[in-house]
This record gives sequence, structure tokens and C-alpha cells, in this order.
Amino acid sequence: MSNTVDHIDPRLPKDIAEASQWQLMWRKFKKHKLALISLYFVGFLYVIAAFAEFFQPFDPEVTSRRDVFHPPQAIKFLDRTEDGTRFRPHVLGTTLSRDPETLATSYEINADEKIYISILGKTKPYKLAGFIPMSRRIIAPTKQGERFYLFGGDRLGRDMLSRTIAGTRISMSIGLVGVAMSLFLGTLIGGMAGYLGGWIDSVSTRAIELILSMPTIPIWLGLSATIPADIDPLMRYFAITVILSLIGWTELARVVRGRFLALRTEDFVTAARLDGARPRRVVFRHIMPSLMSHIIASVSLAIPAMILAETSLSFLGLGLLPPSISWGVLLKEAQNIRSIAQAPWLFTPGVFVLFAVLALNFLGDGLRDAADPYAQDLG
Amino acid sequence: MYAYILRRIAWSIPFLFAASFLAFTIIQSPPGDYVESYAAKLEADGRQVDEARLRSLRDRFGLDEPFLAQYWKWISGIAKGDFGLSFQWQQPVSELIGDRMILSVILATSTLLFTWAIALPIGIYSAVKQYSWGDYFFSIIGFIGLATPNFLVALILMYVGVVHFGTNVTGLFSAEYVNASWSWDKFVDLVKHLIIPVVIIGTSATASLIRIMRANLLDELYKPYVTTARAKGLSEFKTIMKYPVRIALNPFASTIAWVFPQIISGSTVVAVVLSLPTVDPLMLDALLTQDMYLAGAFILLLSVMSIIGMIVSDIVLAMIDPRIRYR
Repeated sequence: MSNTVDHIDPRLPKDIAEASQWQLMWRKFKKHKLALISLYFVGFLYVIAAFAEFFQPFDPEVTSRRDVFHPPQAIKFLDRTEDGTRFRPHVLGTTLSRDPETLATSYEINADEKIYISILGKTKPYKLAGFIPMSRRIIAPTKQGERFYLFGGDRLGRDMLSRTIAGTRISMSIGLVGVAMSLFLGTLIGGMAGYLGGWIDSVSTRAIELILSMPTIPIWLGLSATIPADIDPLMRYFAITVILSLIGWTELARVVRGRFLALRTEDFVTAARLDGARPRRVVFRHIMPSLMSHIIASVSLAIPAMILAETSLSFLGLGLLPPSISWGVLLKEAQNIRSIAQAPWLFTPGVFVLFAVLALNFLGDGLRDAADPYAQDLG
Repeated sequence: MYAYILRRIAWSIPFLFAASFLAFTIIQSPPGDYVESYAAKLEADGRQVDEARLRSLRDRFGLDEPFLAQYWKWISGIAKGDFGLSFQWQQPVSELIGDRMILSVILATSTLLFTWAIALPIGIYSAVKQYSWGDYFFSIIGFIGLATPNFLVALILMYVGVVHFGTNVTGLFSAEYVNASWSWDKFVDLVKHLIIPVVIIGTSATASLIRIMRANLLDELYKPYVTTARAKGLSEFKTIMKYPVRIALNPFASTIAWVFPQIISGSTVVAVVLSLPTVDPLMLDALLTQDMYLAGAFILLLSVMSIIGMIVSDIVLAMIDPRIRYR
């Protein structure tokens, strides 16, 4: 291997000449500022998703009859009292009034009542991720039993902030699980088609073409309509991811097949085969590593598509169903014009969808550029 | 050319079969069969269940026969225009579909035309004026258009319409035209109502087409033949439109193949939100109530529509690019 270094342009700095493929990719990726910011943002969302209970000020299922469609409250950080000004985050209380004729409710700010918020405050004990017992949340009302609504309340007075955070867990993870399944199917079928060629290739290419020519949402809807309605929420979650990936694998299979076809005739693959390596070794030791970067880029572009698909399905009432909370389930509440005219803050999960999908797209773009060894600038 | 078109149409026949097979599998998947649910529904309504009628229905759809035989009965019935019965509506499916299908076709085609009409000039502009303010502007709009689920755009427009302008953006006809027979005024009214759904459904497809056109044209724009054309004194407009744009159009035309299914797919959600009188809200309703013959017919028709869209786009592609038709 020592003479490979001689072929590299001697004008390049030494550390580039010796950097591994992953280091080169990272170096190039870092230059793409938007992608880097997106990486941090996506990471942030996944941290929230992983520790959702800790970030929720309240239990997302707890209803409050007095706070139906409660408007969002702004946090005030400085507390001015007779004793002077102190740092003490709080929101101003509200009083509910009902128009005697139209029965429309409205909330008026009541500056005398203050609901104090403590950071890492104690609440009712809960289980983080279902098994770690905890009793503190990142923000919580100082006095237990009080409620505040940073993102507003929904039609049952449930806290939208807590619900959006709970939705982050399911929506962001359904993208990952669904893509993992599509990736498995995609690399399996695409890899076989590309490596073996022949009739397997023609059949799978036709199948992919067929699936791509179908309108996906009607078919997704049709398939999810066949899931029994009374099934356990967790099973439904998996059923939906399977349905999404039944169609989602096609794009990945196309990418993998194309790369396999290109790599199959490369010198190093031929050399491996002539050395007597068995097909499995050729595929996993020689071809797969040079595919990895492409696969990662395609995967990061497939996740947002999955998230959008789940959101649309749940929005139409054929995806996840309450009591599961996903962004799509939450947006279903904003489906009729009466609720959104009264409570425009029901759109907040939509804002999250928008930013998550944007960030994942930028991240995918950055990864794809970084993974392409033939892209313009060097390191 | 005709040989190519014929070959292309022949090629799509197995696709049509596969689509119908898929639709039928979806019809068959829920537990129980159609007549059982029909009988249960009649009983639930407290009506007399007529055994003889049930028997004739069982025979008609061959429910006691194996899957493939049932499929054959269904598909040959469709060939004769018999799509089965909707047990929720107590009507033959074909009667329910008619008008709605026409509106769906109108909606999808006008969205496709809109997508093209917008994406083409903007794509060319963005490539020619790369990194200009306009290019950045359209890139940002494009990325947001791709990232927003289109039902969200529909909801927001509905919200803005109701809260700020006091108008209702839903439906495809004004109240006075819903049941009116077709006339010029009704047509004008339809066109007015079409604008919003078309823009909403078209956004994401337009955004991706702009990216594709821009990238394709950028590949061509700096090739020597363009410089030659310019050096020979051709006007800038003619230079670009006559040579690189024509070449960049080829990959562009081949993308309509998947844009059309994407449009049909996207219109489903938007049509439900905006309660358009297309097939989509009825299909969703049928799926939610497991009215499977109705739902299956819709899924089949929408798939057939996508496949026809693909054929059309392949033919368009062959018209632009002689290499394809002579292969």
C-alpha cells in the first residue's frame, strides 16, 4: 500500500493525503454551513424525542376542562415585586369569560396572578422512556397542580407543548424505523438486481417501475384501511411503518442497484473475484464499503419523505390513531375551520414538521455532496 | 413514432393488470366478505335481510369461489362497466363515480399543466442567472414548498381566507352552480375555484421540477457548442432557447412520468381538506367505513389514471427526443 501515497498530488497538505474516506467526508460536510446547522437541529430533535417525558412540562394526556383552547402564554423572566426585581420565570394567569349570547369563550390576562415556573422542577413521578423512574422535568410549575400553556391548549385543555414533544418522539422515530425497513428491502432487492443481473434485475426493475407509477397516498390509505381499528397502538405503529416502507424501498433499491451495476465491473471487484472470494465476501467486504456513503445520503433524504407520509396518513385518520400522539394526529385536530379559526396555535406541530423536514433535506443534501468524491473542490 | 406509441401502450397492459390486482387485494383484505358486511349493515339498520337477495349477490361476485376466480369476476365486470355495489350508499359504484372522476381528471391535468408552466421558465431563469437574488428567492420558496405537507398549506390558506378575507376557499363550485347544468358561467366559476387547489397541489412538484430543470440546464450552459452559437452572433435569448434548453428538456420530460402519480397522490389529501367534489373525499370515506368495492374502484381508477399519465409523458418524451422512438 505504501506506493499509493506517491500517486497523490504532492501539493496537497499531508493530512489530506492520509485522511480516511470518512475524515474527508466530514471535512467537506463541515464546509456546508446549512447542512451543519441542520445536523445540530436534527440531533436536537432526536434528543427531545429520546427524552420526551423530561422535556414535557405536563403529561400530554391530562385534560383540563377550564382551559379549553387556552391561548399560548409568554414566559416573563424577570419578576417585579415590591421587594425589587428578581430572575424568576413565570407566566401571567388568565381568567375565563364566556359571552352570554354566543357562548364563545375568551381568556383575559390577569396580571395579578402569576404562575411561577421552576427549572428542573419537581412534578408527579413518571418513567423516562418507560422505565427510568424520575420526578423532575426541565420546566414545571413551581406549585404542583398549576398549569401553563406555552404553546396553548387544545380542545380538551391538554398542553400543546407537551403534546408536540410527545409527537416528536413518534414522528421522528417512524421516519427512522420506516427507513431502516426500506433500507433492508432496498439493499436486498437492489443489491441482488445490480449484482446478479439477468431476470432478477428485469423483474425487480419492472416491479419498482410499477410501484413508482402508482399514486402512493391512495394505496397507503387502502392498505392502512385494512388494519383492524381495535389493534394495540404499538402494533398499529409497526403496521404503518411496514406499509410506508412497502412503497418506500423503491427509491433506495434504485440507488443501490445503480451503484452495484457501476461497481460490479470496477477493477478492485474483478480482482477480488479473481482472487477466489465468494460472492458474499465480494459484496460485503468490497462493494458495500464504497456504497456506504451513498446509502447514508439516500437514507437521510428518505426520512423526511417518511415523516411527511406518516403525517398525511394520520391527518386523514388512517395512519396512527389517538391515543398515539404524532404530529399528524395532532394536526388532525386542526382539520376543521372552526377549531383553527378559534385556536390557530393548533398549527404548531405543522411548524415542527416543516422545520424537521427542511433540516433533514438540507442534511441529506450536505451528506450527498460530501459523499461524492468527484464533486468540485478538494477537501 | 406510431410503432413506438403502440409498443408503449402494449407495455402498460401488464401494469394495468398489476394495478387492478393490487386494488382487488385491498378490497379482499378486511376480515369477512362483502355480503357478510352487507347483511350485518342491513341488520344494524333494523331492516329485513332477504336471504334470496344475499344468495344472488354471493353468486354475482362469486364469493364462495377461490381468490383468482373472484378477481376474474370482478375485473370482467369492470370491463363491462360494473364496479360492484357500494353497500353504504346502496347504489352501483359506477353511478357514484361518474362526475367526481371527471372533476378529478380536470384537477390533475390542470395541476400538471400549471406545474409545467411555472417550473419551466423559473428553472431556466434560475440556471441562466445562477446565484442571483431571483435564483436564491426561488430556491428558498422551492425548499419550503418541498418541506411543507400540502394539506398544511391548504389549512393555512383556509385559515387566512376565513379569518382575514371572510371567504370560503373550499369546494369547486359556488353554491348557486353546484346543481346547475353545465354552462359557460359554471365553467368560469370552476376555473376560479380550481386556482387554489391547483397551486397547493402543484407546489411540491413544481419545486422539484425547478431544481431538476435548473441542474440540467446548468450542465449544458457552459458547453462549447453554446459558446460557438454565441460567437456566431446569435442573440442571447435564441442561443439559450434554441440549444441548451432543448437538450435540458429531455430529462425534464421524463420526470413527468413520476410527477403525475405524485400529483394524484397529493390531490387526495388536499381534496379532503378543501372538500372538493372529486373522487378523493368519497374514497377516504369509503376506506374509513370499509366500503371496499367503492374504495377499490377508486384506487383502481386513480392508479389507471397515473399509468395513463405515464404513457402520455413517455409519448411526449419520444416526441421531443428522437433517440427514444428509434431505440
